[in-house]
Amino acid sequence: MEQPGLWGRVQRRFEGSANSVFIWPAILMVLFLSIFPLIISLYLAFSRLKFVPGGFEIKFVGLANFRKLLVGTEKNHFLGKTSHPSLLGWLLFVLFVGLLLLFLLRYIRGSEFSIGGLIFRGVIVAVLTLFAWLVIQTLSPGGRPGTMVITWVYVFVGIAIQYTLGLGLALLVTQPLPGRRFFRVVFLLPMMITPVGVAYMFRMMTDTDKGPLQPIWQAMGLGLYSWVTDPWGARSAVMIGDIWQWTPFMFIVLLAALEAQSIEQREAALVDGANRWQILRNITMPQIFPVSLTLVLIRMIEAFKIVDLPNVLTNGGPGTATESLTLHSWISWRTLDIGGSAAIAYSLLLVVTFFGIAYVNILRTRVAE
Amino acid sequence: MFERIFKSKSVLSMSPIEMTLSYILLIGWAIVCLFPIYWLAVTSLKLPIDVNMGPYYVPFVDFEPSGHAWEYILAGDLARDTRRNYANTVVVASVSAVIALILGTAAAYALTRFDYNPKLGAIGLFILCLALGIILVVIGVPWLLALVLIIALFIILLQTIGKRFKRSLGNSDIAFWLISQRMLPPVAVVIPIYIMFQFLGNAIGVRLLDTRFALIITYIAVNLPIVIWLMRDYFLTIPIELEECAAIDGASRYRTFVSIVLPLSLPGLVATFLFILVFAWNEYLLALFLSGAKSQTLPLTVAAQNATRGPQWWYMSVLILIMIIPVILIAIALERFIARGLLVGAVKG
Repeated sequence: MEQPGLWGRVQRRFEGSANSVFIWPAILMVLFLSIFPLIISLYLAFSRLKFVPGGFEIKFVGLANFRKLLVGTEKNHFLGKTSHPSLLGWLLFVLFVGLLLLFLLRYIRGSEFSIGGLIFRGVIVAVLTLFAWLVIQTLSPGGRPGTMVITWVYVFVGIAIQYTLGLGLALLVTQPLPGRRFFRVVFLLPMMITPVGVAYMFRMMTDTDKGPLQPIWQAMGLGLYSWVTDPWGARSAVMIGDIWQWTPFMFIVLLAALEAQSIEQREAALVDGANRWQILRNITMPQIFPVSLTLVLIRMIEAFKIVDLPNVLTNGGPGTATESLTLHSWISWRTLDIGGSAAIAYSLLLVVTFFGIAYVNILRTRVAE
Repeated sequence: MFERIFKSKSVLSMSPIEMTLSYILLIGWAIVCLFPIYWLAVTSLKLPIDVNMGPYYVPFVDFEPSGHAWEYILAGDLARDTRRNYANTVVVASVSAVIALILGTAAAYALTRFDYNPKLGAIGLFILCLALGIILVVIGVPWLLALVLIIALFIILLQTIGKRFKRSLGNSDIAFWLISQRMLPPVAVVIPIYIMFQFLGNAIGVRLLDTRFALIITYIAVNLPIVIWLMRDYFLTIPIELEECAAIDGASRYRTFVSIVLPLSLPGLVATFLFILVFAWNEYLLALFLSGAKSQTLPLTVAAQNATRGPQWWYMSVLILIMIIPVILIAIALERFIARGLLVGAVKG
């Protein structure tokens, strides 16, 4: 305040704009590398690459690429082959829709009710119902899941297992056990290996002929069984690889969250006679819930883009059984169907954004309560 | 008797049965984590014939170990490439991780401490102008002219109709926008980025393709959202009173940030740094497109060992092993900081 000179004014000016100085570099950096690709690939999604003498030209074709995916030649590949759900399928579907309606009902009865919010949630419920219908139809006997449904299977099954495993391991190493620091470092190892490396490594592992697990397969009488020729076997191989690599990410973040909570509360509960399960459910879980939300969101966004494992492990096969959306897009791209590739990528973007928004809005508001 | 076994000194310590069970689980998962890596180590010592004959587990017992793969990668034909790619990986990963950490931390701090209200209309206007600019360039207007035109148009429009825009977004919307930038699969992003870098090279003369610089800026942009999301949760824990005290004592915003907030959030910083370092270290697809012979990174070298005669498991194993050693050392060095709490913020916030 005693510096009325030029330097002082500059300093005050700088101080006043601290909020901009902090955020703009990051925003500009992300903007620089994201806006242009977003617009270009959107344009490509609506066009077709055509080879002409002396090069190629890009022709605008409107919604043709998307039409091809949803109702046209690529429908079986993208959405899968539908069949009538079995009784179990119907039961699951009814159960899921019931849960969604319950969620809607709770919102209507709740205190924060508004018409806009209801419409927003109604749309989310409707789309989720549609997705569930697709999953049930393509996964029932006689149907065949397309790349869209396979990607969902990878994402949701994978994340559920990774989260459970990560949480369990983190709970174990927060116990006062000798040697737990050793386990902490060891449990991080799978994350350190490059995904391409992991993919090749699991190709060795799943080789039932020359791989290290061959004696186990022999002993189980599965000597002639091959992971990668059976659709669900190949899918499990991909999922096992993914779980192996990404459980450490869940583990470390949950571990840190667990380490941060105060010990007194747990001790008090134990003295009051609560058992471990009650403590986990009523004290620990609510405390790590917000962290879990961020964690699952980040993992979900990354998991939707799974490509290395199915590509190296099975090359998408047998047939298209293990193809994820990104791999589907990649294969279209390799066959020079640039427009189709961009259309798949954009469908993926829409789906991820939908799940992301639904997830953030539904769960975040519940945390805030 | 059971009473005596189960009754322990502290309420939190475990009974022997629980302890044994815990160790069985811990060791079980440790084996799951370590066995594939052990298999890599063994494979790296095998001759091709040993790999293809069947599973052999222990060197000297099952088969005669050979250093041929290590020699090929580290001293033989591939040694020059390995050294160059190793240097590329180290430079690209560390520089991009450090810069992403700095920019991301600052932005995360800003998102937790300041209120931003970007106007929805202004953003729409910006996108509109940008699209217009791209169309202009596509139809053949010189890019410099187009740039000046759209900036002028944007400013004029913002000044004239900008005040009408009422609807504004909040901090959480900015955060969601940032994370949403990771949602488009890299396959779709990489070609436009390639075109953009090529364009920048042709038009402005900044050669970007096949340089470390191109990889560095791409990785920064790719990692920023993760840094911002992890650090944002973390900053929420730091009591705002501390910063208010500093402000009353006359410290500037920057001073407060550097000497109070950053030291307090050291564990989170370290853990986040480890994540993005590992991501940048291991990234494959973007590197595949944006790097050429000179700026290749190690994941590409690993993938390149899948030759026409099938995967060269022995070379691949060596490469994967030499790739993870530095990261493991860093992880061991940093583990004690992580254990104190990454994301503590979200827990108490």
